[in-house]
Amino acid sequence: MEVDMADGSAESNNSVMCQLLDPEGTPLEASMYLPQTVGPKELQQMVNKLLKNEEKLPYSFYIADQELVIQLGDYLQKNKVSVEKVVTIVYQPQAVFRIRPVNRCSSTIAGHTEAVLSVVFSPDGQQLASGSGDTTVRLWDLNTQTPMFTCTGHKNWVLCIAWSPDGKHLVSGSKSGELQCWDPRTGKPSGNSLMGHKKWITGISWEPAHLNAPCRRFVSSSKDGDARIWDVTLRKTVIILSGHTLAVTCVKWGGDGVIYTGSQDCTIKVWETTQGKLIRELKGHGHWVNSLALSTEYVLRTGAFDHTRKQFSSPEEMKEVALERYNKMKGNAPERLVSGSDDFTMFLWEPSVSKQPKTRMTGHQQLVNHVYFSPDGQWIASASFDKSVKLWNGITGKFVAAFRGHVGPVYQISWSADSRLLLSGSKDSTLKVWDVRTQKLKQDLPGHADEVFAVDWSPDGEKVASGGRDRVLKLWMG
Amino acid sequence: MPQGDYIELHRKRNGYRHDHFERKRKKEAREVHKRSQIAQKSLGIKGKMFAKKRYAEKAQMKKTLAMHEESSSRRKVDDDVHEGAVPAYLLDRETTTRAKVLSNTVKQKRKEKAGKWDVPLPKVRPVAEDEMFKVIRTGKRKTKQWKRMITKVTFVGQGFTRKPPKYERFIRPTGLRFNKAHVTHPELKCTFNLEMIGVKKNPNGPMYTSLGVVTKGTIIEVNVSELGLVTPAGKVVWGKYAQVTNNPENDGCINAVLLV
Repeated sequence: MEVDMADGSAESNNSVMCQLLDPEGTPLEASMYLPQTVGPKELQQMVNKLLKNEEKLPYSFYIADQELVIQLGDYLQKNKVSVEKVVTIVYQPQAVFRIRPVNRCSSTIAGHTEAVLSVVFSPDGQQLASGSGDTTVRLWDLNTQTPMFTCTGHKNWVLCIAWSPDGKHLVSGSKSGELQCWDPRTGKPSGNSLMGHKKWITGISWEPAHLNAPCRRFVSSSKDGDARIWDVTLRKTVIILSGHTLAVTCVKWGGDGVIYTGSQDCTIKVWETTQGKLIRELKGHGHWVNSLALSTEYVLRTGAFDHTRKQFSSPEEMKEVALERYNKMKGNAPERLVSGSDDFTMFLWEPSVSKQPKTRMTGHQQLVNHVYFSPDGQWIASASFDKSVKLWNGITGKFVAAFRGHVGPVYQISWSADSRLLLSGSKDSTLKVWDVRTQKLKQDLPGHADEVFAVDWSPDGEKVASGGRDRVLKLWMG
Repeated sequence: MPQGDYIELHRKRNGYRHDHFERKRKKEAREVHKRSQIAQKSLGIKGKMFAKKRYAEKAQMKKTLAMHEESSSRRKVDDDVHEGAVPAYLLDRETTTRAKVLSNTVKQKRKEKAGKWDVPLPKVRPVAEDEMFKVIRTGKRKTKQWKRMITKVTFVGQGFTRKPPKYERFIRPTGLRFNKAHVTHPELKCTFNLEMIGVKKNPNGPMYTSLGVVTKGTIIEVNVSELGLVTPAGKVVWGKYAQVTNNPENDGCINAVLLV
């Protein structure tokens, strides 16, 4: 009897009032007493049960933006949290698959005769294309790691390339302002080059696969201040989006069927795509807007393809799967947009809700060159010329960590598909892999002989490709 | 009310004179004739001044015309492919000093071990001892002759403290001490004023090296951190060797070429 009593009292002493929240802040069930001995493992079981998940999903737990890795009681003791208040625990779903960090250079492929300016994997991760200063686009064979096709036709440096979300088309834009569409299976241009822009192309973005079944339309932005929507089958401009007074630096086609453009005139404009009307203008930045990123960007880029490597027979099926993936990714929250600027700050917006920024993210000491949402939308990473990469909470925009280690400006970043690792390429000729969980450097990848201009982590997670001023394309593997 | 304002007031009240615009047109039409009369008649300094003024006006007019023409006519754009391609996000940025990576670091290490250098100035004129040093006579009767003064430029490290002057054998005059050198990067073709870190090798002998004597052909180590060079492993290079190409004692400055 006495033993029982003692047990009971010990339990009541050692339990703590907890409230489980999802990342958006909606509570899961009412708050409950949890014994202090529970760790992330038990919490995970509980969340799976409460959400009635058929297959058990991995979760990570955060208290006050710090990850819980030990037992609850130990954590409370360590951080001296009052047990009289309700402890709020945020659970975040993790990817069910895990991507091995890259740690070696599997091949260095020469071929380009000038600096490699952009490197992009196809949405299914099976093909790789690169654009270079020698005016060619090259397609590479990933299995043998050799050059496959050399696509000539541009008149000047190929600045940007983009795969359609179904992987059937490849579009490249050059410094002289023409765009060219390529067939990735033959490496031949499909039709003549698309003329229209008066100055160089700064960005290309395709219409998401869940909006239009066989991918036809894409939008390109240019230094001349316009963005143009093109149709690949009609081979002409459908709509011209003009309104920016200075160069458009970045363009993104959102999942809700709107186009976001960031410009050097310090504004971000939101356009609708049937008539090209301006629907919103987001003001806030004090200098050029350099880069935009959407919370759903990764799923828009990969379309219907995921880590299971499924093949699709028809475009309709693909559209359905893509829509399903998009909805799952988006949840019931609005699409978020983050913009990085020359004024050293970033803004988090919810353009469909309000034209006021949600948060202003400050901390960088130099211009922000590239921003990128993690594939699950939980994190934002920003690359800056102050030699650091910073990690922010993707929902609230709060600062999480700074990754320091580069000795030169960081040019580009890329996420692994499971959102656990982050890759950065820098002027100091190295690539670095950062672990989001431990917030430390995971792997240093030297090897390039000069500045690294472009990096990309393949959507299937197998490989990383990088290119730079030393004219070679490097493939890295785990 | 100022005199000129009455006409304005009158015009406001009554409008223009009935023949105002005709008169204006005629006056303007006669203007050219009047000008040519003046141009033909004026002599001497007046003529010169007039011609000069007219010339300036005409030149200005031509320029304006050309400018207007340029804005309307389509020209061929400058579309030849340039070297040194950069991605779109760097196109609008100012190019800073180019950081060329040292691909031959390994080679450099090997050479360093062997003590051999493939240098821009492979041969140097040997400097005799009596040119390098000046004998200083010491002692009350000036009979002792063991003290030497170095007559060339020297580099003296930062933490150097003199020995007691009585026992100092070599005097390095402060007027000939240098701590900066003009170093030219042979590939960038630009020159930087860099701080010296040390004297690596003086070809005239190890003694001069240890004394820090800088003559033509000497290998010096300079601080290149402001050039932003990086090794292939992504570390910042801050010390690099350079060879002196002039006679610093004659010129009053050290010019050197970076060894890459």
